[in-house]
Amino acid sequence: MEPLKIEPTLKTPYILFDASTGIFDIKGMSCAEYAREFYAPINEWLDSYSKNPLSETIVNIQFKYFNTSSAKSLLLLLQKLKAIKSNGYNVAINWFYEKNDEQMIQDGENYSEILSLPFNLKEIEQ
Amino acid sequence: MLNFLDIHKHMVPNSISMIFKGSVTFELIDSIVMAINDRLDRIEGNINTRKKVFGVLIECLQNLGNHVDGENFQDNEYDSNAVLFMIDSIDGGYRILTANFISTEKVESLKEWIEEINSLSKEDLRKKYNEILQNNSFNTKGGGGLGFLDIAMKVGQKLDYSFQQVKENISFFTLQITINKA
Repeated sequence: MEPLKIEPTLKTPYILFDASTGIFDIKGMSCAEYAREFYAPINEWLDSYSKNPLSETIVNIQFKYFNTSSAKSLLLLLQKLKAIKSNGYNVAINWFYEKNDEQMIQDGENYSEILSLPFNLKEIEQ
Repeated sequence: MLNFLDIHKHMVPNSISMIFKGSVTFELIDSIVMAINDRLDRIEGNINTRKKVFGVLIECLQNLGNHVDGENFQDNEYDSNAVLFMIDSIDGGYRILTANFISTEKVESLKEWIEEINSLSKEDLRKKYNEILQNNSFNTKGGGGLGFLDIAMKVGQKLDYSFQQVKENISFFTLQITINKA
């Protein structure tokens, strides 16, 4: 399966989902007005990966900021990762935040809670 | 001629100030957001305040863009295609104001929604947010109905708004948000 790589823009994050290593990176800004269009191919890629995932998947989520338009698409993405885990595979979610960024910590905790999916909250090392 | 050096000197140092009246496009919104983000990076040292202002700004402007997108009336007397946007530094924080014309028939439902948000406690705001977040339907515009809720949660105070009916079918909607410095 080809890795999914999307270069970042001012409004959309960097994406590198590599099925050969099981490491998925999301990093940067996510504030497009119609974020669903951006996330649709990512979620489709995840659907294919879900059919034959590695025994261990590591997901690194490092947003500087995400808007409400991205919030629903992000939930969908996390739900797909949870489904992989529910099928018996290891999935680790690392949720990164900048030092003292209370909002990002709260957002990570909130997603973790509504999905009943443990997150590793990690401060970004300067 | 106005002495701009004087004006520049007399504006509060390390402040932000912008007022815009005109048509909005998403390209213009991007430019405004980026310019203000750069300015905030320079003048606002607290990460939480900075991100709150940035977040409110994005939600307000994208709301504006979506609403204007959805309106199809035109009234020359009121220059109804033009919106008003303002951000400025105030004592102890920042103020963001948006104003736009909407169809009078939309006023009631929008008012009800804002009033509902204003009636909710902090915990209930989060509950409502999660409820809408998990509701699978996206509305036709990208925001998914979370914009005003998100703003209310960020600023931790009631949304200050007004509606003024200017003609039978046209009303003027104003939203003013104050973000206190952390």
